[in-house]
Amino acid sequence: MPRFLYLWLWLTLLVTGCTGQPERGDSLYAQLGGEAGVDRIVAGLLWEIAEDAETRALFVDTDIKRFRDKLAEQLCAVTDGPCVYTGDSMRETHRHLQVTSAQFNRLVSSLIRVMEQEQIAVGAQNALLQRLAAMHGDIVAE
Amino acid sequence: MRNWQARLAVLALFMPLMVQADSRLLATGGASSIEGQAGGGIAPWAVISGYGDVGEWGGALALGRVSVDDFQLDVQSVSVGLENTLEFSVSRQDLEVAPLGLNIRQDVFGAKARLAGDLIYGALPQLTAGLQYKRNRDMGVPLALGAARDSGTDLYLAAGKLWLNGVLGRNVFANGTLRWTAAHQTGLLGFDEQRELVAEGSVGVFLNRHWVIGAEYRQKPDQLQSVTEDDWADMFVGWFPNKRFAAVLAWTELGDIAGLASQSGWYLSLQLSQ
Repeated sequence: MPRFLYLWLWLTLLVTGCTGQPERGDSLYAQLGGEAGVDRIVAGLLWEIAEDAETRALFVDTDIKRFRDKLAEQLCAVTDGPCVYTGDSMRETHRHLQVTSAQFNRLVSSLIRVMEQEQIAVGAQNALLQRLAAMHGDIVAE
Repeated sequence: MRNWQARLAVLALFMPLMVQADSRLLATGGASSIEGQAGGGIAPWAVISGYGDVGEWGGALALGRVSVDDFQLDVQSVSVGLENTLEFSVSRQDLEVAPLGLNIRQDVFGAKARLAGDLIYGALPQLTAGLQYKRNRDMGVPLALGAARDSGTDLYLAAGKLWLNGVLGRNVFANGTLRWTAAHQTGLLGFDEQRELVAEGSVGVFLNRHWVIGAEYRQKPDQLQSVTEDDWADMFVGWFPNKRFAAVLAWTELGDIAGLASQSGWYLSLQLSQ
């Protein structure tokens, strides 16, 4: 029934076209609200971590001030903002933590909740998630 | 029944080792298919039911209804996902054949094992092998149409992948399933002696994390001499307001069924999950 599938394709293009124009030209960093926006996302994420016993357990030995600065710097660098990430590699920082798949996914859920609270556009949310998901292999213990 | 009890025993062994939790991301447990397994409407997917991650278990309860010109199919199903690796399910189907004023009931027992890969992370799609043991409980019509057996086991391999930021900033999902089956109309019209290889495909685009629109296609064997069996297709809208509830509404075209031509209509599935 090809007619049927063509119809679906048209509907999909129509609906995605109407609901989300990617902001052309703006860097992902700008779409997240630049420095102030990224700082709000990081602050929101810290609150989420504090409220979730599962992920909080990973941060018991963490210098929160340094973590906040390095995470903001990393988010800025990874979203094509004007920063260079100066922290340790993801593999190095997570090597001793035995991060579980569940903890990783809970943190992703937390990040999504924060981005929704900050009213980040769906396309920008997904673009950031795509870039961070690429780090999964370096963060989660096998 | 022995089969089901054995599965319960396996579950009982595993459960104390795990906690019931829902760490996986919203919608990654899929919906519940008409055969009771995590999937779309008409095809099982490579995903494991519920939201349990490694070290956790989850599952789903679902009610489904397909209402086409001359038939109505009601499905009740329950599935359990363990460690985001194993899934066990049971579903009961009740097909009302309106022109004949009779019902055909079937039980489907399902099992699935994730073999490799991950739905979201890494290059490899999530690869899952599964089976569906089906037992038709009302063989009058199937026997009259020439079916050879009242039960059968479908075997399949499924591959599923979610691309974050896949198209126009939207997350895109695709699943392909290769099924080896001897069932006529999924078993509701009985089973043949010989299995045949058929392919099933689903695609979906997430408009945001709660709403997905998609389409499915299911190739069908056509092994009964007396009546034609057509491929199935549907277009669906899925709503995942939270991890506890999901609803899927679809328009479905099922072609000829048991001699009744071009059956099309609505599909609705309501799912509770954990």
